[in-house]
Amino acid sequence: MEKAQFQSRWMPYLLLAPQMVIIAIFFIWPAAEAIRASFFLEDPFFGNSTFVGLQNYTDALSASDYKRTAWFTVVFTVLVSLLSLALGMMLAVSADRVLRGQSTYKTLLMWVYAIAPPVAGLIGVMLFDQHIGPLVDFAAMFGWHLQIGVDYWDTGFAMIVVSTWKQVPYCFIFFLSGLQSIPTSVKEASAIDCQSETRRFWTITFPLLAPTTFFLLILNITYAMFETFGTIDQIVKDQPGNSPVTLVYKVFRDGFRGNDIGGSSAQSVILMIFVLLLTIVQFRLIERRIHYT
Amino acid sequence: MKYTSIALAAAMTFGASQAVAQVEITWWHAMGGQLGETTNEIATRFNASQDDYVITPVYKGGYEDTLTATIAAFRAGEQPNIVQVFDAGAATIIGATGAVIPAADLIQEAGLEFDPEAYISGVRYFYADSDGKMVGMPFNSSTPIMYYNIEALNKAGVEPPKTWEEFEAIAPALVDAGYIPLAQSHSPWIFTENFHSRHNIPFATNNNGFDGSEGTKILVNNDAIKTHFTKVKEWLDKGWYGYYGAGWGDNQAPFENGDVAMWLGSSGSFGGLKNSASFEFDATYLPYWEAITSEPTQTFIGGAALFALSGHSDEENRASAEFFKFLSSTDIQKFWHQETGYVPITEAAYEAAKAEGYYEESPQAEVGIQQLSLASGDNSKGYRMGFYVQIRDVMNREYGRIFAGETDVDSAFAVIEEEGNRLLDRFAQTNN
Repeated sequence: MEKAQFQSRWMPYLLLAPQMVIIAIFFIWPAAEAIRASFFLEDPFFGNSTFVGLQNYTDALSASDYKRTAWFTVVFTVLVSLLSLALGMMLAVSADRVLRGQSTYKTLLMWVYAIAPPVAGLIGVMLFDQHIGPLVDFAAMFGWHLQIGVDYWDTGFAMIVVSTWKQVPYCFIFFLSGLQSIPTSVKEASAIDCQSETRRFWTITFPLLAPTTFFLLILNITYAMFETFGTIDQIVKDQPGNSPVTLVYKVFRDGFRGNDIGGSSAQSVILMIFVLLLTIVQFRLIERRIHYT
Repeated sequence: MKYTSIALAAAMTFGASQAVAQVEITWWHAMGGQLGETTNEIATRFNASQDDYVITPVYKGGYEDTLTATIAAFRAGEQPNIVQVFDAGAATIIGATGAVIPAADLIQEAGLEFDPEAYISGVRYFYADSDGKMVGMPFNSSTPIMYYNIEALNKAGVEPPKTWEEFEAIAPALVDAGYIPLAQSHSPWIFTENFHSRHNIPFATNNNGFDGSEGTKILVNNDAIKTHFTKVKEWLDKGWYGYYGAGWGDNQAPFENGDVAMWLGSSGSFGGLKNSASFEFDATYLPYWEAITSEPTQTFIGGAALFALSGHSDEENRASAEFFKFLSSTDIQKFWHQETGYVPITEAAYEAAKAEGYYEESPQAEVGIQQLSLASGDNSKGYRMGFYVQIRDVMNREYGRIFAGETDVDSAFAVIEEEGNRLLDRFAQTNN
């Protein structure tokens, strides 16, 4: 790589500064504040805090439903990430193959992405409403008495469906552009060599999409873990009761609903550590196997 | 034309601001939709009633959102003069000593007369401190009552039950008539907190938490309520009780659709039910267990109260005091009660509504007030517990698990007690 030449030694730092300031203000400072707050119990109005050591952590981890919440978070994150990846890829490959009216298909499939998350959540809530939801009536035709808010896994099912539905168009857009960046010459060459379309997909297209897939996998995991609490809140209608919730929803609920700043901070630090480990695993294990062109 | 009106408006504003320097105060509330409009109407009437003060109501979202926004504003020194805080948040705001000017003090310091006896007894104590001094000014007050579908009960040939024993006797007839006999919308509020009030059973140590958060323990793990929930689970299994989750509306809908014959909801639900239910309905007191007590007591209020926040000038506090006075006035209370279905907070407003024959026309609207005015007991005035939003979450979760058959009543209440006490202990530590 060519070395850039700067007149002054400080120039590169100066150019980096705006980004660094943004990172410091919006990421490092809040994270540091969360770590500090996690060792205190704080009166919400005056911010008078009492140092309690690790009590917030032990209280959070020993709560009777912590294990269940953590387990649901894992199931939810894995399913939402993989389902949106698979559906996004399937739709992108299909739309890419369509010859007539291709742009119409593409636009229609991307449309959902333009829906604001709370609206998407609301639409989902209405579709799954236990009294008037059309999807509940549909499930009843197969003898499935779908009851959101009453049955644990029925509610989890609705959360997974609505969250996945929101994320599929995002994956679709990236896969579509990924597909379009595969050189025509490669596609044509493979078409001459191999007749089976399925086989061509798995041996040529899929490996060439791997960087996109890896990128989307990370984004999907982040989405499922951190950006779905609004949808979850909509589905449980602000009353989690015995419904499944994710760890981030619990952070939101205890912090912003219950005003337990210390407890909520401790839970978010636990998540921070978990995500740190996950990111290391992702980059160490998966990225090595990916070939960037 | 356009310019003239702008000029005129400018002249008027200028003229008005010249004539008197009005004191402006803000009021954050959590009343959306129709209720929000009625709330704004009260502010408009207050502004029109005098020239010295102007109150601006601001809708801040749901109850929790409003409390969270208030805390953030308070820490930034930008707090509103008056904020509406709901029952479960009462301990948080009252516990923050110095954040709130007690309503009684506010009114008296402004040189206005304050008579706590003017307020209905079930209303008076819930937002008061341990000496009975009113800290919050009750605003939208309601209490759980039982609504019933008249046609359903006639069809089954039964009378509305006064006790749960009577309910058990009539439930099979309602099932035969094609109804689910019972549903209710808020297990912590109706089946737990008010269960303790109705039966005069202590709900927490330290005088139900009113004496301070230090060392307060929840007493929810008792035989009376465990028997109740064992029965409710039996009713559910027999088809006598419908459970539709922890959401309020999900449990109200089947009653409105005519599937459920009797529904325990809020006295404040009356206004909405009148619009949504296509059948004749009536209301009566929350049933009690005769096996537990032969002298049932009153229930306490739910809903929310208004709190005057500290950190404002004497002039603004005076404006808040004037507004509290105005809010308690008979006309406004009667207006609020009849528009929304919430109970009037003063005896005078109740008498005025009665005198004009309002309850002959809508007898259901009176049930809540009568129930709040029943005999009181040491444990019928409600509770004061911190981190109560989370405690209610634990209750809702454990009740859901009982109903889903994932746990039994004994272990569920053991969990509620343990986690509730842990939360109370945590809250006490924030209050030093």
